[in-house]
Amino acid sequence: MSTANSNYYLPNPSAWPIITSAGLFSLALGFILLMNNIQAGPWFMLTGAAIIVYMMIRWFGQVIGESESGTYNAQVDRSFRWGMAWFIFSEVMFFAAFFGALFYVRQFAVQWLGADDLLWPGYDGTWPTAGPKGLVPVPAGTIPGANQFSPMGAWGIPAINTLILLTSGATVTWAHWGLLKDNRAQLITGLFLTVALGMTFIALQAFEYVHAYTELGLTLKTGVYGATFFMLTGFHGFHVTMGTIMLMVILGRAIAGHFRSDHHFGFEAVAWYWHFVDVVWLGLFIFVYWL
Amino acid sequence: MSVDHHAEHPTGISRWLFTTNHKDIGTLYLVFSFIMAIVGGIMSLVIRSELWQPGLQLVEPNFFNQMTTVHALVMIFGFAMPAFVGLANWMIPMMIGAPDMALPRMNNWSFWILPFAATLLIMSLFMPGGGPSGGWTIYPPLSVQGGIGVDFTLLAIHMLGISSILGSINIIATVLNMRAPGMTLMKMPMFAWTWLITAFLLIAAMPVLAGAVTMLITDRHFGTHFFDAAGGGDPVLFQHVFWFFGHPEVYILVLPAFGVFSQIIPTFSRKPLFGYASMVYATASIAFLSFIVWAHHMYTVGMPMAGELFFMYSTMLIAVPTGVKIFNWVSTMWRGSMTFETPMLWALGGVFTFAVGGFSGLMLAITPADFQYQDTYFVVAHFHYVIFGATIYGLFAAIYYWLPKWTGHLYNETLGKWHFWLTTIGINLTFFPQHFLGLAGMPRRIPDYALQFTEFNQWSTVGAFFTIASQLIFFFIAIRAMKGGAKATDQVWEGADGLEWTLSSPPPYHSFAVAPKVK
Repeated sequence: MSTANSNYYLPNPSAWPIITSAGLFSLALGFILLMNNIQAGPWFMLTGAAIIVYMMIRWFGQVIGESESGTYNAQVDRSFRWGMAWFIFSEVMFFAAFFGALFYVRQFAVQWLGADDLLWPGYDGTWPTAGPKGLVPVPAGTIPGANQFSPMGAWGIPAINTLILLTSGATVTWAHWGLLKDNRAQLITGLFLTVALGMTFIALQAFEYVHAYTELGLTLKTGVYGATFFMLTGFHGFHVTMGTIMLMVILGRAIAGHFRSDHHFGFEAVAWYWHFVDVVWLGLFIFVYWL
Repeated sequence: MSVDHHAEHPTGISRWLFTTNHKDIGTLYLVFSFIMAIVGGIMSLVIRSELWQPGLQLVEPNFFNQMTTVHALVMIFGFAMPAFVGLANWMIPMMIGAPDMALPRMNNWSFWILPFAATLLIMSLFMPGGGPSGGWTIYPPLSVQGGIGVDFTLLAIHMLGISSILGSINIIATVLNMRAPGMTLMKMPMFAWTWLITAFLLIAAMPVLAGAVTMLITDRHFGTHFFDAAGGGDPVLFQHVFWFFGHPEVYILVLPAFGVFSQIIPTFSRKPLFGYASMVYATASIAFLSFIVWAHHMYTVGMPMAGELFFMYSTMLIAVPTGVKIFNWVSTMWRGSMTFETPMLWALGGVFTFAVGGFSGLMLAITPADFQYQDTYFVVAHFHYVIFGATIYGLFAAIYYWLPKWTGHLYNETLGKWHFWLTTIGINLTFFPQHFLGLAGMPRRIPDYALQFTEFNQWSTVGAFFTIASQLIFFFIAIRAMKGGAKATDQVWEGADGLEWTLSSPPPYHSFAVAPKVK
């Protein structure tokens, strides 16, 4: 904050942004090298990831310190809120690209491939498909043979996961009510339950992936069905993982006595993010698993 | 958090590396963008030199294609976009009466991603197999088949996207939350309005590009079949996803320039903008329409008739809000007491050259006509008129308009006018003949051409060298104004109106320490 302006907090020059950028560069460069089977790749990635994780601990730590020491006024709080809201919107658009790809493939591309015996008589593009050169789908729930795959059914793990995420949305709201009422026990219990539900979701999702790879013959390479399935559920799972880590951070902060009933943007940001992850899952459940 | 602790002002290099100040960051953005402009400019000279005569003389065809690809990526993501984020950083806090941007540390981060991303992009050229050579649109299957250079490009695009999204979040938070008391949204300067809408476009469009790029990466290395018909995918899918980003991108590039025109034309006409509200609504309408016109870039790939018609009509609809803007500027000048200082020349030249590009855009919007124009030099002429004509003219207009405010010194007006006229002659010499080349059937992105195209190509090449040589004047003017010159007053221009002109020239480090009251 400049001495001249006591209204809006203007932070001092900071080394974190440029360090983060260097970390990002190392991560990206390492990823490129790794994909092209160049040995140094993983080391660059590891360095980059370590820099980013270290920076996040330090940079967010600094922000938490500033927040807890009462440096931020209501206007700064609003800036954070706008920032988080628009960040979540950008995430929505990221998922929209993959949902759009799914809809386009199902509604147009696959049907055109199968239309009018374009490829060969008897090939009619139906969903799910691994494409004319890919594995042949069997109905969900049946064991695939050689050169076959089974799509993921909706009513096993995915349905349970839907319930888990919806419940976790409720528990995080319950925790928020606790915070608003200054009921620490309710806040901490609610957050703890939410973290537990999030971790259960991730574990079940991992189990589902193993099941797909080992028993259903369904992999990332199983044509466009496998690609859209794993891309959408995979990025969602990654976001749930991020969200769970964020929840663990605010759980730790809640235990350490952070947040006040009238000043807890950090909590709300995570809660918003968690609800966003929840809504994306509903889209996944309907369009990827069910229909 | 003691008070004196906050007033840290590092000097030397660390001032620039660690800064959280909107003016420092704005300067960084502008300097970076002009370095990239030089890089991209050199690439354009390679292209134009090869096209000086038919046959292959200077470069290998593959390298030629790398030049057309990377020239576009550098100019769009390295020059045009960062330059306007730089202007936004400099001007928005000063225009809305704020001390700084809403999120100053993130502001520094969104800038410092750029040099690293640009490094990846330029590194791609030196990889085995070279850089990307399938065009800046990175269509599969070419972009899936390319070598490691393509990976460098794709990851560079990812990083550039992160930078743009963060920068846009900051601009929206600043505009929505940092306005001085009394400055309602409908009293905001047009430049802040156009940037608010542009930032929204960026946040909606860049993640979609990230999705497209991610699918390319997994198709290249992880065995997915998004764009491979053998696995049930479709290369045309990429084009849809890409242009869902790509068309809003065009407006991302021109809307802030329109904002600049809307600041400058009233100043030098000494009249307020003819229709402020209609300008705001026209900008918002253009933004909305930009999301439902994308497939007009793909008329020839094969689409159902209903799709062709929908995208044709929705594209032509854009002419309505664009017309509102142009008539608005013209009506602002009507019976104004106009003078033609350098910023005004650039603004008027920008409106004029943009209109040329807009009209050729209407021609391209017509589906059956586009079947003839697709992938010809007519398209190249069209988008250079739009992007050079609107974006780069808007950028120069803005720099000449605000340079005295930034530096506190007046620049050399005569040289500024020379810069304008030489550039205007240069780009028209470069790009106008390309309309004829395209209509006659010369394809884009090809290093060789049929004999009858030689003369127009030579005009174009002369024009390119002429244009780029003329930019030396600009660097001379800008550096001289930074170093010294006649003192500028606070208002600088007689007809200038707005909060930024109430600050001293140069303005204080934290723009508005105390928020001004706006009536």
